[in-house]
Amino acid sequence: MGAQLRVYKRRIRSVTATKKITKAMEMIAASRVVKAQRKVAASTPYAQELTRAVTAVGTGSNTRHPLTTEAENPTRAAVLLLTSDRGLAGAFNSNAIKAAEQLTERLEREGKQVDTYIVGRRGVAHYNFRERKVAESFTGFTDEPSYADAKKVAAPLIEAIEKETADGGVDELHIVYTEFVSMMTQTAVGARLLPLRLDEVAKETSTKGEILPLYDFEPSAEDVLDALLPRYVESRIYNALLQSAASKHAATRRAMKSATDNAGELINTLSRLANAARQAEITQEISEIVGGASALADATAGSDN
Amino acid sequence: MAAELHVALVAADREVWSGEATLVVARTTSGDIGVMPGHQPLLGVLESGPVTIRTSEGGTVVAAVHGGFISFADNKLSLLAEIAELSDEIDVQRAERALERAKSEADASAERRADVRLRAAAAR
Repeated sequence: MGAQLRVYKRRIRSVTATKKITKAMEMIAASRVVKAQRKVAASTPYAQELTRAVTAVGTGSNTRHPLTTEAENPTRAAVLLLTSDRGLAGAFNSNAIKAAEQLTERLEREGKQVDTYIVGRRGVAHYNFRERKVAESFTGFTDEPSYADAKKVAAPLIEAIEKETADGGVDELHIVYTEFVSMMTQTAVGARLLPLRLDEVAKETSTKGEILPLYDFEPSAEDVLDALLPRYVESRIYNALLQSAASKHAATRRAMKSATDNAGELINTLSRLANAARQAEITQEISEIVGGASALADATAGSDN
Repeated sequence: MAAELHVALVAADREVWSGEATLVVARTTSGDIGVMPGHQPLLGVLESGPVTIRTSEGGTVVAAVHGGFISFADNKLSLLAEIAELSDEIDVQRAERALERAKSEADASAERRADVRLRAAAAR
């Protein structure tokens, strides 16, 4: 076998191995998307009921709460950015990071100081490499977040928002995550979580024209709201974590699918080149034999004379 | 037909139980509260404790609920809990071990959680 042909064969073998790996990763990601979507669906009843309850207290009583009232002059804001621990997901992480950076820039233009909280190794690495300050970071659970993880993430944020701004607390809480629209579409979105815009929450949940009943609060409206709002934040963060996880798996699936396709194309091109090299080798061998034979024939014909 | 109310017991990550019931007893921060069909709209904060649901078939469902809310309106009752387990899902031995561990570590909240689990399991 000629040297050229051997090189092609070797490359085909290595690309085939890569293709097998990316194919496997694609299938794993596909099954994980389904699982993650199921988790999103399973967490919906709780989130819905909680939102309903928040709306009921917020609109049914005249209670003022630090988590629902806007500061007159907000000076500090927290941004929670959700990324993933692992890459190989196309532009998933860079899109989320870009969205967070745009949001941060906007907040800073409005004269607010921004504290950044990050979930996921990719986001942490991005910020550390640029030596930006990160208030707190969480890693190790982005593939399959549990409610306990959401609580862990929410705790310092709730603490920060309850603290006075002068003592290092924040006035606003924003969250940047990747919304799972469909298998093909995932968009990075930034949303303000706190202070709550009750009218918007109400719009999200209630069906048109539904009038909320006049609730009897146990023990009192303030206490209920006190207990309710942190849970609401946790549940929203949990939902965002789950959507991020589903989006990440969908992005991985897509990235691995195109990697598999590209590997297939590469294998095709390489086998064509290998075929051409083999043909060239055969042609050359034939012409060498023919040339040799005719040279021999010429020589014997000459020696006869 | 006896009056019924629709109950949904949901934990943060799943729906634990739902169905029709005639009476639900839960522990709020200001004491035990029983809800029967036609109760006035109610929104309360739950303590960790057992929740008893008397189903319309005459059976009883007991669940250990750790923190959360009770909300009732239009004959629909929702129990929202961060963690909720039905009594037959509770692993008694594990709960006992957890209780011992919590006692030895003097972890009051863990002790309370394990205790609630055991009591819910005993009530089945």
